[in-house]
Amino acid sequence: MSNENGLIYRISGPVVTAVGISPRMYEVVRVGDEGLMGEVIELHGDQSVIQVYEETSGISPGEPVIRTGQTLSVQLGPGLLTQIYDGIQRPLPKLEETMGVFITRGVDADGLDFEKEWEFKASVDKGDEISSGHVIGTVQETETIEHRVMVPPNVSGKVKSIKSGTFTIKETVCVLEDGSEIAMMQEWPVRHPRPFVQKYAPDVPLITGQRILDFLFPLAKGGTAGIPGPFGSGKTVTQQQLAKWSDAQIVVYIGCGERGNEMTEVLDEFPHLIDPNTNKPLMNRTVMIANTSNMPVAAREASVYTGITIAEYFRDMGYNVALMADSTSRWAEAMREISSRLEEMPGEEGYPAYLSSRLAEFYERAGRVQTLAGSDGSVSVIGAVSPPGGDISEPVSQGTLRIVKVFWGLDAGLARQRHFPAINWLNSYSLYPQALDQWYRDNIASDFPEVRTEISTLLQIESELQEIVQLVGSDALPIDQQLTLEVARMIREFFLQQNAFHDVDTFSDLDLQYHMAKAILTFQEEAKKAIAGGGQLEDVVNVPARTDLMRGRFEKGYAERISDLMSEMSKQIDASMEAN
Amino acid sequence: MIGKEYRTITDVKGPLVFLNKTEPVSYGEIVQLMLSDGSIKNGQVLDTSDDQVIVQVFEGTASVDRQTGVKFLGDVFKLPVSKGLIGRILDGAGRPRDGGPDIVADDMADIIGAAINPYSRQSPESFIQTGISAIDACTSLVRGQKLPIFSASGLPHNDIALQIARQAKLVGSDDDFVVVFCAMGITAEEYNFFVHDLERTGALENSALFVNLADDPAVERLITPRLALTAAEYLAFEHDYHVLVIYTDMTNYCESLRQIGAAREEVPGRRGYPGYMYTDLAMLYERAGLVKGKKGSITQFPILTMPGDDITHPIPDLSGYITEGQIVISRELHQKGIYPPINVLPSLSRLMNAGIGDGKTREDHKSVSDQLYAAYAQGKELRGLVAIVGEDALNERDLQLLKFADIFEDQFLRQSRDEDRSISEGTLDLAWNLLSNIDTKYLVRLDQKWIDKYHPDEKSGKEEE
Ligand SMILES: Nc1ncnc2c1ncn2[C@@H]1O[C@H](COP(=O)(O)OP(=O)(O)OP(=O)(O)O)[C@@H](O)[C@H]1O
Ligand SMILES: [Mg+2]
Repeated sequence: MSNENGLIYRISGPVVTAVGISPRMYEVVRVGDEGLMGEVIELHGDQSVIQVYEETSGISPGEPVIRTGQTLSVQLGPGLLTQIYDGIQRPLPKLEETMGVFITRGVDADGLDFEKEWEFKASVDKGDEISSGHVIGTVQETETIEHRVMVPPNVSGKVKSIKSGTFTIKETVCVLEDGSEIAMMQEWPVRHPRPFVQKYAPDVPLITGQRILDFLFPLAKGGTAGIPGPFGSGKTVTQQQLAKWSDAQIVVYIGCGERGNEMTEVLDEFPHLIDPNTNKPLMNRTVMIANTSNMPVAAREASVYTGITIAEYFRDMGYNVALMADSTSRWAEAMREISSRLEEMPGEEGYPAYLSSRLAEFYERAGRVQTLAGSDGSVSVIGAVSPPGGDISEPVSQGTLRIVKVFWGLDAGLARQRHFPAINWLNSYSLYPQALDQWYRDNIASDFPEVRTEISTLLQIESELQEIVQLVGSDALPIDQQLTLEVARMIREFFLQQNAFHDVDTFSDLDLQYHMAKAILTFQEEAKKAIAGGGQLEDVVNVPARTDLMRGRFEKGYAERISDLMSEMSKQIDASMEAN
Repeated sequence: MIGKEYRTITDVKGPLVFLNKTEPVSYGEIVQLMLSDGSIKNGQVLDTSDDQVIVQVFEGTASVDRQTGVKFLGDVFKLPVSKGLIGRILDGAGRPRDGGPDIVADDMADIIGAAINPYSRQSPESFIQTGISAIDACTSLVRGQKLPIFSASGLPHNDIALQIARQAKLVGSDDDFVVVFCAMGITAEEYNFFVHDLERTGALENSALFVNLADDPAVERLITPRLALTAAEYLAFEHDYHVLVIYTDMTNYCESLRQIGAAREEVPGRRGYPGYMYTDLAMLYERAGLVKGKKGSITQFPILTMPGDDITHPIPDLSGYITEGQIVISRELHQKGIYPPINVLPSLSRLMNAGIGDGKTREDHKSVSDQLYAAYAQGKELRGLVAIVGEDALNERDLQLLKFADIFEDQFLRQSRDEDRSISEGTLDLAWNLLSNIDTKYLVRLDQKWIDKYHPDEKSGKEEE
């Protein structure tokens, strides 16, 4: 490495210019007397432009800048789960220990604990041929997750020795014939996707327990989804619901430029919430990255890369990983801020011209893959988008919608009516149903796709009818159309609305979702029959059993009772006809 | 005072001064400008390099010339803090404005403030009773929350803020709030209104005021809220106070931010406001909350006036993206003569769920609030329909809801400026009384068990038995 030491020439917010060194692009450097961490983002004549991950006030030109030779990387190994990091993988509990409750600066902290010992179980033997990505042993990292220790990149050969036992993550557990030593920890540069053998088309749904998502606009394991919406429309609640209830094995939750209290909420709640799939606390499968809105913007820019690299690492072990980024708009704004300090030529709305390619590169890191070890793993990515004024014609929303396959459009109007989740069923979409339908037929019900189509068709028809109602009132409609309106209302209030804060309603498994949808269609059918037989719409709609059926979803054991409630409803509707 | 005096100003542009210098100046450093007439201005370094330093001058650059002396004070902006701040009135740059002595500092605190480690926060969950029904029932405030008032010019947001400041209390606790009040570019008249009210109620002794008025330097507004929040943090986290920070008007603050951006020829974001306005505002709003191991708390009530009553304007929009809800003041209600004219429909408290319910407010609170909201929303919507098709076209249910919307505005929202309603008897019981104008069969958001227990007909029915 040539000329390792340089000097600060200029400071402008998070951007520092150094002279006297010629580092590589994206190399990590130490800035100023306090050695603040920074990353080289532009080389310009004899000047190197650095984004600094900590507050820069009080730093002066003339202070030193030191090269490290490293690029921005994360430490990967046992100890990631249950941890909460800032954008550059410093554990927040560690920062609290050294700095107290306020984040000051100039403190380094490793992403993983080098002292802690883990029980390593070797799974290969002396003489085995291994190469990069192969699993050589396991560690029970949390109650529910087995950490699969993989051969680091660019290492391969024949095992000379390997031992099970108790080790720290930096101790050698395996030696190859050529003398290379393998420990449980490896490092990976965050801006580079981790390698895999090939990508598969996703064909299994990521089940979230959220009815409108799973049933109407499903996401596949390894798929991508965008959630744009104005403030207060439910982006964070939706993301947190996915972090809680989706059937991913690992969850990486990135709080990117959002509120501190929202991270606290996750920290408070997750250790007490029980994962319906494992019956153990959700925290066991979770890694959190918190770079809140008031933390340095450069670290916010890095946070999504830190998160996705950790997600890929677990994918490479053969896990299904779900990553939530709340909010990608704040990430884009961090790019914009840095770009404007660099005096780059701005693109639309001041965002850098490379905004859409950065977004695309990020979402491209999602996918279902064959790992180097030959197993199947996936990263699903769900990004919140916060469009100014809720108007999605802006660059971040548009750049996202061009890439993602699922669009969950949050709607201010629905949120204001307290219809939650406030996902607009008319303009949201998912491009996955076709690929997933076979799975639904095989695993849930052979007519699942048809039921979905009926439900969404009813919602479409409702919106057309509503236009007429606005003009003439609903009484003016023929009776069959009035019934359609009632059925659609039932879809909205009973099925689509789902209270995230209600113990029972917060999660519905796919079976239950299917039965609820069937119950609505059954109501429609019975009601039609009753009305044809002379029944009054008013009576049919008001049968007490229908109310019971609808209210029942808030009670435990609903899945077991729904068929009974349904037949009771049919019976009463029948009776209401005879009463006439 | 350290540092040499330079006379190397090359350019002056808007509130910015550019100079060449010889020795290194640090980013964010405080600067003094000595004008030829002997007056002094203050500023802060916005950009620094070996060749050029850019200084933002708080008092504006009027009368600055190339001969103006510039001194770098070797430190970032700090506020002298002590408990003695309570009861004092300071100007927008932190100097006494009440004729009193300088603050005797226990400590000097950096006004930029460090971010609270998200891991070190504690979730806000203690209900604050404001005595205002619309807020207490529908957008309940909790200690440590940041809940802005979205208003517009000519609306009584100041009265509401003051009423909250006067009445705010934790139910079942005698912990008092200390008020930190921060004025940014408001008129002398508005300011006097605040001060008189605080004086009248004796709250002034329990308040610290930071005041930048409309005719004070605009750029100074960028530091005034930082001073106020620094004082608030000191009082909350060093001295266990529960601090209520009221700042007004955020819109003026944002205008100053825009002015600096323009002077620096930055690429503007939406409507000319800087692209980093979100982050800048977050650096203020996020200085609210509770932290582990400290008894005190900071609750924030920023007030902003929405230009053109437009909630999608960048100032309310970016604020809404950061704060934990909003209280929206309605011109329509104001024109109907209703005080406080709070439109509960677009208002929201995101931390409400954590602060209400059994043991906190009352077990039926959530149900009642949902029901009030739903009934009022539907009633209000029906007003639109009635305008087209007339009342005759409405069925019984709709008629009741329509009537309820009026009752709700007239009796629930409306209260006097010194009426302090308790949550249980004052607000929730009132809500039940008003809801009893609607047939229970239409009150689908209310659990039967609460109807049995709280509905006035049921209650009186039981008493008769
Ligand atoms: N599924 C839901 N069930 C019940 N309430 C919900 C649901 N989704 C959203 N809400 C309500 O809406 C409020 C705002 O939601 P949320 O915080 O997720 O909005 P957001 O889109 O993330 O806003 P911002 O962009 O400002 O962060 C919540 O505090 C909650 O009251
Ligand atoms: Mg959010």
